[in-house]
Amino acid sequence: MRIEGKGRIDAAEQIRFSFDGQRYTGFKGDTLASALLANGVRLMGRSFKYHRPRGVLTAGAEEPNALMEVGRGAAKVPNVRATVQEVYAGLEAHSQNRMGPLAYDLLSVNDLFPNFLSAGFYYKTFMWPRAFWERLYEPVIRRAAGLGALSGRHNPDHYEKAFAHCDILVIGSGPTGLMAALTAALGGADVILAEETNEFGGRLLSEDEEIDGQPGADWVGGILAALRETGRVRLMSRTTVTGAYDQGTYGALERVGLHVNGPAELPKECFWRIHARQAVLAAGALERPLAFPMNDRPGIMMASAVRSYLHRYGVVAGRKVTLFATNDDAHRTAVDLMACGIDVAGVVDSRPDAKALGDYPLYAGGEVIGTKGRKALSEITIRHNGAEQKIATDCLGMSGGWNPTLHMTCHMNGRPVWNEEITGFVPAPDAVPGLTPAGACQGTYSTAGCLAEGVEAAKRALTALGGKLPEMEIPQASDAVGGSKPLWLVKGKGRAWLDFANDVTSKDIKLAAQEAFTSVEHMKRYTTQGMAPDQGKNSNIGALAILADATGRAIPETGTTTYRPPYVPVSIAAIGAGAQGQGFAPERFTTSHDASVDRGAPMVPAGLWYRPSYFPRPGETTWRQACDREVTMTRNAVGVCDVSTLGKIDIQGPDAAAFLDFVYTNMFSTLKVGKVRYGLMLREDGHVMDDGTTARLGESHYVMTTTTAAAGEVMKHLDFVQQCHRPDLNVRFISVTEQWAQFSVVGPKSRELLNGLLDAPIDNESFPYMGCGDVSVMGVQGRLFRISFSGEHAYEIAVPARYGDALYRQLVTQAETLGGGAYGMEALNVMRIEKGFITHSEIDGRVTCFDIGMDRMVSAKKMCVGKPAAQREGLKGKHRQQLIGLKPVGAVKELTAGAHLFETDAAPTRVNDLGYVTSVAFSPTLGHFIGLGFLQDGPNRVGDVVKLVDHLRGVETRVEICSPVFIDPEGERLRG
Amino acid sequence: MRYSGWQVLKQGLTGNRGWKPAWRDPAPKAEYDVVIIGGGGHGLATAYYLAKEHGLTNIAVLEKGYLGGGNVGRNTTIVRANYGLPGNSEFYSHSLKLWEGLEQDLNYNVMHSQRGILNLFHSDGQRDAYARRGNAMVNQGDDAILMDREACRRMVPYLDYDQTRFPVFGGLYHPRGGTARHDAVAWGYARGADSRGVDLIQKCEVTGIDVENGKVIGVQTSRGAIRAKKVAMCAAGRSGQVAAMAGMRLPIESTVLQAFVTEGLKPVIDTVVTYGMGHFYISQSDKGGLVFGGDIDFYASYAARGNLHAAEHVLEAGMTLMPMIGKAKMLRSWGGIMDMSSDGSPIIDKTHIDGLYVNAGWCYGGFKATPASGHCYAHLIATDRPHEAATRHRLDRFNTGFVMDEEAKGSQHNLH
Amino acid sequence: MRIKCPLCGDRDQREFTYMGHETYLDRPADEGWSPAWDTYLHLRDNPAGVTRDLWYHGAGCTSWLLVERDTTTHDILRVDLARDAKRGRG
Repeated sequence: MRIEGKGRIDAAEQIRFSFDGQRYTGFKGDTLASALLANGVRLMGRSFKYHRPRGVLTAGAEEPNALMEVGRGAAKVPNVRATVQEVYAGLEAHSQNRMGPLAYDLLSVNDLFPNFLSAGFYYKTFMWPRAFWERLYEPVIRRAAGLGALSGRHNPDHYEKAFAHCDILVIGSGPTGLMAALTAALGGADVILAEETNEFGGRLLSEDEEIDGQPGADWVGGILAALRETGRVRLMSRTTVTGAYDQGTYGALERVGLHVNGPAELPKECFWRIHARQAVLAAGALERPLAFPMNDRPGIMMASAVRSYLHRYGVVAGRKVTLFATNDDAHRTAVDLMACGIDVAGVVDSRPDAKALGDYPLYAGGEVIGTKGRKALSEITIRHNGAEQKIATDCLGMSGGWNPTLHMTCHMNGRPVWNEEITGFVPAPDAVPGLTPAGACQGTYSTAGCLAEGVEAAKRALTALGGKLPEMEIPQASDAVGGSKPLWLVKGKGRAWLDFANDVTSKDIKLAAQEAFTSVEHMKRYTTQGMAPDQGKNSNIGALAILADATGRAIPETGTTTYRPPYVPVSIAAIGAGAQGQGFAPERFTTSHDASVDRGAPMVPAGLWYRPSYFPRPGETTWRQACDREVTMTRNAVGVCDVSTLGKIDIQGPDAAAFLDFVYTNMFSTLKVGKVRYGLMLREDGHVMDDGTTARLGESHYVMTTTTAAAGEVMKHLDFVQQCHRPDLNVRFISVTEQWAQFSVVGPKSRELLNGLLDAPIDNESFPYMGCGDVSVMGVQGRLFRISFSGEHAYEIAVPARYGDALYRQLVTQAETLGGGAYGMEALNVMRIEKGFITHSEIDGRVTCFDIGMDRMVSAKKMCVGKPAAQREGLKGKHRQQLIGLKPVGAVKELTAGAHLFETDAAPTRVNDLGYVTSVAFSPTLGHFIGLGFLQDGPNRVGDVVKLVDHLRGVETRVEICSPVFIDPEGERLRG
Repeated sequence: MRYSGWQVLKQGLTGNRGWKPAWRDPAPKAEYDVVIIGGGGHGLATAYYLAKEHGLTNIAVLEKGYLGGGNVGRNTTIVRANYGLPGNSEFYSHSLKLWEGLEQDLNYNVMHSQRGILNLFHSDGQRDAYARRGNAMVNQGDDAILMDREACRRMVPYLDYDQTRFPVFGGLYHPRGGTARHDAVAWGYARGADSRGVDLIQKCEVTGIDVENGKVIGVQTSRGAIRAKKVAMCAAGRSGQVAAMAGMRLPIESTVLQAFVTEGLKPVIDTVVTYGMGHFYISQSDKGGLVFGGDIDFYASYAARGNLHAAEHVLEAGMTLMPMIGKAKMLRSWGGIMDMSSDGSPIIDKTHIDGLYVNAGWCYGGFKATPASGHCYAHLIATDRPHEAATRHRLDRFNTGFVMDEEAKGSQHNLH
Repeated sequence: MRIKCPLCGDRDQREFTYMGHETYLDRPADEGWSPAWDTYLHLRDNPAGVTRDLWYHGAGCTSWLLVERDTTTHDILRVDLARDAKRGRG
């Protein structure tokens, strides 16, 4: 029911929305919960286990009951708190976790058998017959469990991620936070003030309270104006700080577009990473529910929520309101309601000495011991002065006092401390470095106290930053603290809920204790208390108190409560923003990318790069046809391939040679200027790290190439070796991978092709095999390396990247006139397998130089990285599987990579496993399949026949072991 | 007290007042045959199998906090036997066989659910590497199926197959893989061990290991000295500190691994799915929460909590692989302390001290190993010979070079 | 987590890569495999408390840093350039 003239909603702006298909009207400023309450809707959801009818309990993010699905189709969001979701035109909400309509949920049959569904019952049954778990029990349990449903479709909405820095982050904008922000800003700090809801002011907007003689809300307006005037405060509303992390890092979730029917490009949410040099936690407190029999009916809600709905939204949740409390605060609810003409049927206060604040029936020393009304509260039973009495009511506000919102102080393992005075936990001192709790979140409950502590906390932060302290005047306000007396459990018939969402009652806690789950952690895990969407905000303290009682211990010795990030649940789309689609990793493109695409090449990812797979020509229908043609074309004429993705590291300095001798197994100091050498690099643990060629361009100038995959790792490794092992060496290096476009020109006509482009022609004298040097390519200064990854007479030509596209197109066009053309990764792979050259398919990180037959490349004359560790017995010897070549000799001619090798008469089992296949290709040069692999004692088995088994692809065939070099073993083509 | 559906009915009819404690709360005795340091999953399983299979019941499990409070209760609950290297292959295969039937063995429903695990690959090279691993799994007698992209699309249609940065090429499917209810595993073993006479002693921190003439003679604890013929270290996450009490250094560095769970949701993910281009794995619990994780935080830590950097990276991987989870809300995150060994594989071995045993280095794969770890460790403690499924898990393998480097990352601890 | 790079200043963790304990600075001189190598590559004190470890500022100045940290609180107590530390050790 709406009270005219009350609330902060804009009565001029009507908003139409729907719930479970029914249309309703709310106002701008309403939450879904306030608008539904205003329309008389009480039943908003179903509980997790018993599927009990539930209404709204709170007016904030801690809501356990009123969880809904909002939106339609792929944009549907499950488990939305109706108490947080603001209404907007066209909003569509549906109740969830029900079978059939909300009012007649078939699964509420569970509620008839609570004794059979007590805590942990599922650990004790559903074990027979064994196969029934996956087939019957589990599917049934799964279907009944869960809350809302995902659409199962890709997220269609936009989410953002952003970063912010400030001197002082103030979390919460109640009286404490506002004073802290003002003090900090006047002290010269750059401030971020984060407020969870749509409006600044915190609890002041939900109370009828004066500060400095003004209504609370007006005072808030004044402070906000003052904050804006400083020019130092970034005001972030609808922003929940979700977590505290190391060195002043905070996560925060801003609801940017969830409250409007906005354009598609408007982000729904933005996840912030805020770095704050200091922070003030002014998060307030959450009211503590009371555990009394049948305390979960729609219409039973927090007393503070009743005031919030009244003052903030102009809504009363019933026509005949009762209250059940342990403190004075709840009495304010009665007074405020009566001021609006609402009938208050009684205030039941468990304190025998409670005093009424107004003209309403007070039951001092009384307790609520029962309630009635299946889908909405209709009556309560109270026990007062030894007698039971029934009171008709449709809304019961309850208050068991307050719990400080200290969650953030637990995020770095801080353990809260029990404070007997407020009978609650308060933050441990300095639980999060640089974060100062102030106000209600550390147990200071009077408004006057909060205002003062806000100033004090900001001054502490300013002092830590070395700033000046402004003169602050503390505003005049009430110093009432509520005066709560604890009441943990009202005895009586019926279940008393603690964790509303997960249906954990006081009996479950007691059962856990009875069954030896007496540690708080055991109790939580056994009963699932605290694991529901409200993360135990409503139930942790109550459950702990009941556990303490059940085990005969005091609360502080029973345990403490702790919280982990995030403070409120955060959309995966928000924390993972930017990654959907292509955004997960950077994309790297070669200079020839467009030219390759122009020629119809499918581009495939290679690490972060994209490379052409093959270049189809008219008439070719499969990749194999193109690949075979490219191989043959290259081996017979000339092929061109972009190899710029290989890592290129420019190394200079008087000690460059000594440095390379240390990182490579073989010698580079002996390499002559103008020459290139293949190098093998080990990890310090003795396994092969990477390989590549390094060219000596000058006495103290080398260019190293790495594999595409290991480029980053090698760069890091070189930095490590130089800085951490050999800072004595005078050498500098830098990655030039992006700076040079490099193309291989391969085949018998490669020199002919190049000589058509080079300003000064080359010959075998000027550029012998493994020679290198500067060249001029059509007027552009470049570099030429006579190296080969195919076994052919080949070159790699490098030019500054800005000429890459032009040179590549030129090379390919020229090649085509010579009967050649571009080739892609498939052909490159075939040619390197034909020649027995290894890639990371072979050197997979577990392989040693012994395994690949290169142990003689480890120079005996010098120390190098990995040399000592490579000498361990496990890294060499007959037990190792070593590199070999394979060709089919059985009926099946196709080989598969990933297959394992066995003796021909052995069963294909682990104990008989002799090796595996790493790379296979159909060799158009040889006319059959070939493969590379590793075989135990392989080199001594050349000529033997073994069995290749690929269970997964159903391949079993006989293969002959041969040398891994299938073509031109003498290297005549290379030198031609 | 035997658990069954009838028992649940009977107790339910009598107000659940008849349920007995799942385990006793004994005071430590002066001496035991075997003292196990660490009341986590592995320690409890070790005690259970020592009692059940080797007839040793004069055993104490000493736990400094509460039973199952370590990584057994802080993981993503995945159970699998899909390793590629000898040593790991037979060990995890053995473990999976023990999982199959664990409920009946323990008379405790640990909810082992063989809903299958799909490891996605994203390139030809990765496919071949997965094929090699899958073939090793079949060689061992376990199951593996190589699926192409279309088969993946049929099994897990909600992945992004069209727009994503690293397209799905296919997957290696392990039908017998799945999940289990993590806490229940610890509790089931605890209850089973207790009922066989093992003393489970909580809030009892070991502060020293007593050694005389090269032989272990007992331990010092926060509840007094306890003599023991044999002492078994089993304190993953804190292995280094425990070993240090015996003057040992281990090839281990402790790091933090975060895990995450969403609010409850109706069934939407039926198998375990892992992403091949970023460390990300996800399943849905029986309660409906999506449980997922990724890489470790990479730095040495005992804080049992992570940082945003790693968390964001995990959720980013989730968003690129399966953008339908974007609308789910991450409810809770937690961190566990990981014993990262120098080759990524665990250690179950004797030590240079007579009667002192070490079980450590589980990296972030200890949960699925729980039954086999306990089973093989119990065998070693009882017989002083390694179990045939754990012959390669030697402490000296780093020195000899017979390492089991499944991730092929070398000796740097945090890279596994 | 944030680390104050001596060259670049206070930077977010995602710019850095962790390697391991400062043991990695003390590469043994032994040409062959030895217990010193086993210690260097594998064995760690792995302290719960103050430790010193190596981080790479790969997305910054590419310096290797020697960071003194507390592994139980994640407090960062001191950051030096690893090359300076190495020079100091000889």
